[in-house]
Amino acid sequence: MIELVQSVSRWILPVLIVFVPVFAAARGVRVFEAFVEGAGEGFEVAVKILPYMVAMLVAVTLFQDSGAMDMLLRGVAPIFKALGIPSEILPMALVRPLSGSGSLAISASLMEAYGPDSLIGRMASTIQGSTDTTFFIITVYFGSVGVRDARYSLPVGLIADLAGFIAAVWITQAVFGA
Amino acid sequence: MINTIWLIFFLAGFAAAAISGRVDVITTSTLKASEKAVTIAIGMISVIAFWLGLMRLMEKSGLTLVLARVLRPVVRLLFREIPPNHPANGAIVLNLSANLLGLGNAATPLGLKAMQHLQDLNREPGRASPSMCTLLALNTSSLTIVPTTVLALRAASGALDPADIVGTTLVATAASTLIAVLCDRVARYLSFRRPGR
Repeated sequence: MIELVQSVSRWILPVLIVFVPVFAAARGVRVFEAFVEGAGEGFEVAVKILPYMVAMLVAVTLFQDSGAMDMLLRGVAPIFKALGIPSEILPMALVRPLSGSGSLAISASLMEAYGPDSLIGRMASTIQGSTDTTFFIITVYFGSVGVRDARYSLPVGLIADLAGFIAAVWITQAVFGA
Repeated sequence: MINTIWLIFFLAGFAAAAISGRVDVITTSTLKASEKAVTIAIGMISVIAFWLGLMRLMEKSGLTLVLARVLRPVVRLLFREIPPNHPANGAIVLNLSANLLGLGNAATPLGLKAMQHLQDLNREPGRASPSMCTLLALNTSSLTIVPTTVLALRAASGALDPADIVGTTLVATAASTLIAVLCDRVARYLSFRRPGR
């Protein structure tokens, strides 16, 4: 199973990257020119994202670096304890929607501390893999087309994150729990 | 909503820094974060440019249309208001497929392309259209079959079987996506009944 999964994920991109130009050429597309034309938009898209990225990253970093995040963690820890959720996993739950690299760093440190095959390590892996960074996705996706009013997207994304977190904690305890 | 949360991050950050007597953190970390934001955005040019180039080939060769036709039922169900032969359909299909396969590097540029197509259909360009919100909900909850980054991390930390979390991840990701789609439907319905939200 693992070998199949690993070889699929190793092969899919290389095959796709070669298949697309070959297929396009077979369909009579002037491949080089079309590629350059499409790639030319890359710069513009990235530049459009930039101000949104600055706004979001500054706010999130301020929240973390100032110690506000730690205070929030300490504040909600008792609630987690009451619900029977291991408190070690708490930082994952709060950082996951805010920062992809941040939560990846936390899962790495949890696996370092408890081992990747521990319940905590598996829980962190499942949380990391099951949702994406809501704030980042909103910033980049809406920023790239200049949409400033995200409407109900943030609450929807955060509720889905919470659902993913609860499901991850529950299923890892059910499958890997003692 | 996003305005309030943004402001809360600032206020909470200032309050926490003031309490612990380290107000200078505010100045240093805002500068540091802005710098990092620029690095990330500029760094994304490479991946975005490459995938938008490849995406153009997929569009011109008709590959996106073929894919869109195969997965039409799913896209039609979630994005009723997109005209059947609009290029947005193909881009959405590619974005969702890349997410499924855990190809984060490809998923973002393809999703951005889909957003551009949806923006063409948007009557109020400064405001997210319902389809845009649905695409966003699907991406924030990101339905994944192969969580590649996590597999790599687990392998690097010496897990006996790095892929043993694929099953649990599938359950969790399905739950979050299901809730995301349901919430999106409800929010769509509410904003339709109360225009302006």
